[in-house]
Amino acid sequence: MNELGIYIHIPFCIKKCDYCDFISVKLNDGLIEEYINDLIKEIEIYSKLISKYVIDSIFIGGGTPSSIDSKFIGKIFEKLYSSFNIDSKAEITIEVNPGTINKKKLEAYKDFGINRISLGAQSLNDKILQNIGRIHNEQDILNTIKLIKLEGFDNINSDLMIGLPEQTLHDVISSLEKIIELNLTHISLYSLIIEEGTKLYKLEQNGKLNLPNEDEERLMYHEAKRLLEKNGYRQYEISNFSKPDFECKHNLKYWTLKPYVGIGLNSHSNIWDYRYWNYSNFKEYHNYLMKGKLPIENKEYINTISKITEFMILGIRLNSGINREEFKRVFGTDMDYYYKDAIQKNINNGLIFDDGKNIKLTSKGLDLSNIVELDFYI
Amino acid sequence: MHVDRENIRNFSIIAHIDHGKSTLADRLIEKTGMITQREMQDQVLDKMDLERERGITIKLKAVRLNYKANNGKDYVFNLIDTPGHVDFNYEVSRSLAACEGAILVVDATQGVEAQTLANVYLAIDQDLEIFPVINKVDLPSARPEEVAQEIEDIIGIDASYAPHISAKEGLNIDQVLEGIVERIPAPVGDENKPLKALIFDSYYDPYKGVTCYIRVFDGKIYPGMKIKLMSTGKEFEVTEVGISTSKQIPVDFLSAGEVGYVAASIKNVKEARVGDTITDAYNSTDKPFPGYKKVTSMVYCGIYPAEGEDFNSVRDALEKLQVNDASLVFEPETSQALGFGFRCGFLGLLHMEIIQERLEREFDLNIITTAPSVIYKVHKTDGEIIDIQNPSNLPKPSEIDYIEEPIVSASIMTPSEYVGAIMELCQNKRGTFLNMEYLDQKRVTLKYELPLNEVIYDFFDALKSKTRGYASFDYELKGYNRSELVKLDILINGELVDAFSMIVHEEKAYERGRIIAEKLVDVIPRHQFAIPIQAAIGSKIIARETIRALRKDVLAKCYGGDISRKKKLLEKQKEGKKRMRQIGSVEVPQEAFLSVLKYDEKK
Repeated sequence: MNELGIYIHIPFCIKKCDYCDFISVKLNDGLIEEYINDLIKEIEIYSKLISKYVIDSIFIGGGTPSSIDSKFIGKIFEKLYSSFNIDSKAEITIEVNPGTINKKKLEAYKDFGINRISLGAQSLNDKILQNIGRIHNEQDILNTIKLIKLEGFDNINSDLMIGLPEQTLHDVISSLEKIIELNLTHISLYSLIIEEGTKLYKLEQNGKLNLPNEDEERLMYHEAKRLLEKNGYRQYEISNFSKPDFECKHNLKYWTLKPYVGIGLNSHSNIWDYRYWNYSNFKEYHNYLMKGKLPIENKEYINTISKITEFMILGIRLNSGINREEFKRVFGTDMDYYYKDAIQKNINNGLIFDDGKNIKLTSKGLDLSNIVELDFYI
Repeated sequence: MHVDRENIRNFSIIAHIDHGKSTLADRLIEKTGMITQREMQDQVLDKMDLERERGITIKLKAVRLNYKANNGKDYVFNLIDTPGHVDFNYEVSRSLAACEGAILVVDATQGVEAQTLANVYLAIDQDLEIFPVINKVDLPSARPEEVAQEIEDIIGIDASYAPHISAKEGLNIDQVLEGIVERIPAPVGDENKPLKALIFDSYYDPYKGVTCYIRVFDGKIYPGMKIKLMSTGKEFEVTEVGISTSKQIPVDFLSAGEVGYVAASIKNVKEARVGDTITDAYNSTDKPFPGYKKVTSMVYCGIYPAEGEDFNSVRDALEKLQVNDASLVFEPETSQALGFGFRCGFLGLLHMEIIQERLEREFDLNIITTAPSVIYKVHKTDGEIIDIQNPSNLPKPSEIDYIEEPIVSASIMTPSEYVGAIMELCQNKRGTFLNMEYLDQKRVTLKYELPLNEVIYDFFDALKSKTRGYASFDYELKGYNRSELVKLDILINGELVDAFSMIVHEEKAYERGRIIAEKLVDVIPRHQFAIPIQAAIGSKIIARETIRALRKDVLAKCYGGDISRKKKLLEKQKEGKKRMRQIGSVEVPQEAFLSVLKYDEKK
């Protein structure tokens, strides 16, 4: 039977962070109630469409899923279990933020079958957390992780960010050391990207943002990577590190062109040779579901060429790289037929290497992956 | 159709840009009932969009109007339109030569300006009767009396009778019409003498071949007649003669004093150039019209197809433009940086800009233009003198004895508060101050000699910016002066990029080189490796900047599996890359070639 991942979007936060451009709004009881009902309707529609799949990963993301009452999460799971064929070993993740979680909520999550917690820590420096508009401090992070562990969760991720305003290499290393000490199974290390429309964007435009320069930022990345690897974490994607066998199954689907369905506002799906996405506006999303229709805003057909492009630009981000044999198996053609020049050029420039079976990014390639992806884009 | 010579008036309208020449022409056409309002486009005489947008007239035309004067007699007016810009001075002088008089339009708020003067002097050179008209008197800031005084003081003609009009509002247009009858002399000439006609415009018509606008001075011209063009001696048979109103109307003949058009199966406008004399092939006039000259290009630049654009499309477009514009010259050339393209010659900077814009707009072409150049006279050590307009063709320094560059006499009319700024600018452009004249208490004319090579670089933009657009500028070629000139090269990542090379004065080379290098640092995207940008004279590096190596280029994570966003970003970057020129291992965006030409206030 075919496997499928499910993403569920919870677009509510206590407060939007200064760097965030995802779809989320302030907590609003009436809206939450309506939205959860809409999610239930959307799941209902999918129950008939994807009955042939086994669900092997579920990811509840946001926003801040932990910011809403756990009874709502419960309602969602009730519907999921009654609608889909969910594998007993499925990876089921929920994103939580420090300061929004308590013992009761975690117990409930455990009851719903959630077995992986992804914590948005970002930094363990109070000053820096404040700079990016987070609502918690270092102590909240430590308390939250302690609580999560106490409740028996053994698969825990923490997000950390580098390149933040006022951040130094020392800050990055000390945050990382504190997290490593807690012996989590997974760490995601994201570079700050200043997106248009965010608070940080405005500050940067006005010259009020003291960001580390490119060289400093890259040093943070490579030093963090070194420290993680020294402590038994393996990098498996540009931004992702895990203990052996604790890679995030759900996120891996994104890089390996596996099918997934996104439920909720602005969620993205990749299934049946299409990529499509939901409306990002509550009203439209709601109206479609009221009419019993999937709230799809737009879709993109993935023809063979698009699929080859995706295979390359997503695959190259993985440490396992792109496998020549797999390419041939999937597409029936040698990779060289499309990419001989692009591969040679990037090898010559020291961005990728070919170990005979796989094409992989070099250490320099990790910094300049966009150049490689651009050459792979056809 | 034939009219008594006594009742013909041939005239032009001369004015500074924006003083209302075309609007007055419209009113005259409207008042004489030649075209109904509905037929009338906004400005009838300016056909081309580009002209209308810029408020200037490029090609000249003639229109025939019928007017019944207050004295009860019927008159024929031939209104001959002139281009208003200094680049087209020669064409203006030819169309003025076809007239007996000129209406001088002066803006009641602006007064006399540099171009007004330049055009008036051209008209006076042709012995024309000047009929001043003060326009825009409806504006609150109008000062018609003062402006009339100005006309008398500066130009030295009686302006006491000048009608105060508003062409826009149609005010006092009848005074202008009556003035034309009274002030402008009727043509003289002899119908019985051999044919003598002046070509003051020509254009290509796909059905009739080249059509020439002519003024007949002596004799007659009619279909079937064998004519001769006196500059080339080439003979043609006339297929059609006529007059142009709102459309062309064939007539049996045109005789002395009349203005009209003639078609004679001429294939190329180059064979019927403005200023040439048409005569009877079997009974030639003994005196061709004086003053004919073949127009020469003053400014040159390279025009290249941009990435993805076809060389042949650019050639076809240039050929099509040349059919109607004998002053545009071009020949193929190659550049290492830009590939196959054309070296084009223009009457001046405006002419160059117009051609560039027409290629882009009318022909929808993507082109890259190189820095404009002038013609240098290179005296070689072996005694040979060669003309160089492409910097790449400059001989080795060891073969050069000395170089001469073209010098223009420039007159700049400006409100007096900008005199300091303009003097500083001219000084900076290696100008030689000649004199300064106060036109009145507030306005000054500055006369300078300037090297043309400085004028074409960014003089106009700098003048505009330093005087907030209030100064007007006019120039004409004066001659050649010996000068210390060098070829400035730009090297990108160690490779000489010929498209950036330019000939500059030795003293300017350092500054120019630095500015270009700095601009290129801004417009060339960072690469994986550091890219040195160098400015050099021969093997000597005079300026150096570095584009730092790109240390980080990583796309955002694909949050929640949003791969489409990532692909969209890549798609956009890919598009941008397509428009890059590969120079060695460096990708140079097209803007780079433009950016070095632009005036930058900061520098």
